[in-house]
Amino acid sequence: MTLTKEQLLKMYHQMVRIRIFEHSLPDFFQKGLVVGTGHVSLGEEAVAVGAMSALGEKDFTMSTHRAHGHALARGADMKIILAEVFCRATGCTGGKGGSMHIHDFDRYFFGTVGIVGGGIHTGGGLGLAAKMLKTGQVSVCFFGDGASNRGTFHEALNLASLWKVPTVYICTNNQYAMTLPLCKNCANPDIAARAAAYNMPGVSIDGLDLWTVYDTVKAAVERARRGEGPSLIVAITYRLSPEHSLRVSADPSTQYRPKGEVEEWWERHDPIKITRKKLIEMGFMDEKKAQEIEAAAKKEFDEAVEFAINSPEPAPETAFEGIYAPEEGGK
Amino acid sequence: MAVRQITLREAIAEAIKEEMRRDPTVFIMGEDIGKFGGSFGTTRGLYQEFGEERVRDTPISETAIIGFALGAAMGGMRPIAEIMRCDWTTICMDEIVNQVAKMRYMSGGRPEIHMVIKTNCEGGIGLGPQHSQSFEAWYCHVPGLKVVMPSNPYDGKGLLKAAIRGRNPVIYLDSVTLLSLSGPVPDEDYTVPIGKAEVKKEGKDVTFVGWGAVLVKALNAAKTLANEGIDMEVIDLRTLRPMDTDTIINSVKKTHRLVVGHEANLTCGLGAEVAARVQEQAFDYLDAPIKRVAAPDCLIPANRKLEKYVLPQEETVIAAVKSIL
Repeated sequence: MTLTKEQLLKMYHQMVRIRIFEHSLPDFFQKGLVVGTGHVSLGEEAVAVGAMSALGEKDFTMSTHRAHGHALARGADMKIILAEVFCRATGCTGGKGGSMHIHDFDRYFFGTVGIVGGGIHTGGGLGLAAKMLKTGQVSVCFFGDGASNRGTFHEALNLASLWKVPTVYICTNNQYAMTLPLCKNCANPDIAARAAAYNMPGVSIDGLDLWTVYDTVKAAVERARRGEGPSLIVAITYRLSPEHSLRVSADPSTQYRPKGEVEEWWERHDPIKITRKKLIEMGFMDEKKAQEIEAAAKKEFDEAVEFAINSPEPAPETAFEGIYAPEEGGK
Repeated sequence: MAVRQITLREAIAEAIKEEMRRDPTVFIMGEDIGKFGGSFGTTRGLYQEFGEERVRDTPISETAIIGFALGAAMGGMRPIAEIMRCDWTTICMDEIVNQVAKMRYMSGGRPEIHMVIKTNCEGGIGLGPQHSQSFEAWYCHVPGLKVVMPSNPYDGKGLLKAAIRGRNPVIYLDSVTLLSLSGPVPDEDYTVPIGKAEVKKEGKDVTFVGWGAVLVKALNAAKTLANEGIDMEVIDLRTLRPMDTDTIINSVKKTHRLVVGHEANLTCGLGAEVAARVQEQAFDYLDAPIKRVAAPDCLIPANRKLEKYVLPQEETVIAAVKSIL
């Protein structure tokens, strides 16, 4: 499957949008604008963009507490997402969910749950609905390496495979669950190998390589759409941000990781750098074009900041809205 | 209107069957609910009529049952997710409390989580500490859920139909000892509105409000008490969340005395919530302290004599009533 120049430049633009957004958040957190906390996805941009680009417009997606990148890659309005991270009335949940509850129902981005591993089975349920309603939709369910040790992972993948639901499970392995490295989390660090236990294909891929992610997800999505059932894709990345989450810390350090590890990954394994370099080598863009794309993303972000900062706080009484759907007009 | 005598077990199966015929998006999933017809027999005949596509036997995976049902609801289906015993909803409490109950709110009021979580509760048949509990108070503590608990076949069918047709997640609790009790159920389609209690028997001396197996015992107690000249009003709460407080308050204003009863454990049981609401809204009408009838703070033992000793009986209700007259 060959991606066209036009597609690739759009994908690079998406990656840069995510990078600027995520890279800027710690600063806004320190300034008190990010409410509560936030989980940034620096280093995981190629997974979000590669995967989302491989989907149909109406395919379902479920994300995690680390969802900004997925939402942006799905095409969500950056203004609305940032406003939600700032918990403003104009955010996608009107400030009730915050960073861990990003969604865009108009784009079939069915949202995110703040409990690690809490959405793995729900993603399969979306696939089940598509299968039972015969809509031809596929569901894609993101989670992390930490979530792969939840019971929900086992129960969901087993049931998804038994029922052959059209669901693609994408584990973004950033190599740390909270501060614990993979080797101290997984008895077998090859998470993809677990797919064999559920009688489904499982593959480990380079999650820094946009092309690999796209091709792998595309193939799994097509397989699911043909009715052949779910797949597990484990995309290996690295947590480029210093912390698991944005938090008030006297020392925003990387002490839980070996000295120099983060620096080395930034230097040699940054997916933005890798994609940028490759696109220039392929002759799809030059330095000038790259800078134009980056400037456009920066401009969009600056406008989003302006929008979010100037958005009103939600009215207190809205706290009571949206708990129940009105029963009138039900079926 | 033609009326038949059928059991609660049959009424539940009928409700599901009729709703599945009416709406192709309704389906049921759970352990042993297929060919076997459900561990408590409440899904008998469904598999034979609708097949395995809409009557889905699941592995013993409670978290996946609720998680898949939630996703299916978001994707446009109307799932009935059965957890065989209420004791095991503890296994999927994250799904129920953090996902199902909150999905609409934390998604800015967008999705409708039209799903029913159906489970069997209470004790009385010697199943012991892990198969005899009743956690209605746990679910009632969570905004975003609705909770119903019928005590007879008519309500059992009508409340289940209302739950399936509704636009919100409903926890539907059937009491294990009530499944075989028969009662009148009309042939015609009907629903019982969620959120409305029913005065089962009018009385002037004391109000009993309860649900589940204790409610049936209280109706018998009312007859015994009547022979002694005590006129007890009996209210079946039926829907536990949202609670029909008005019906309780109106009754207390008339009788001035209240006993609230349930089979779940006393401490932090839903009876405490009923008592709190009544003292807040009708304190001046009370002529005696509010009395609670419940399982004492003890586990539910398997030995039948021990179990009977722990679970509230007709005599427990009578003693409670007499203690405040």
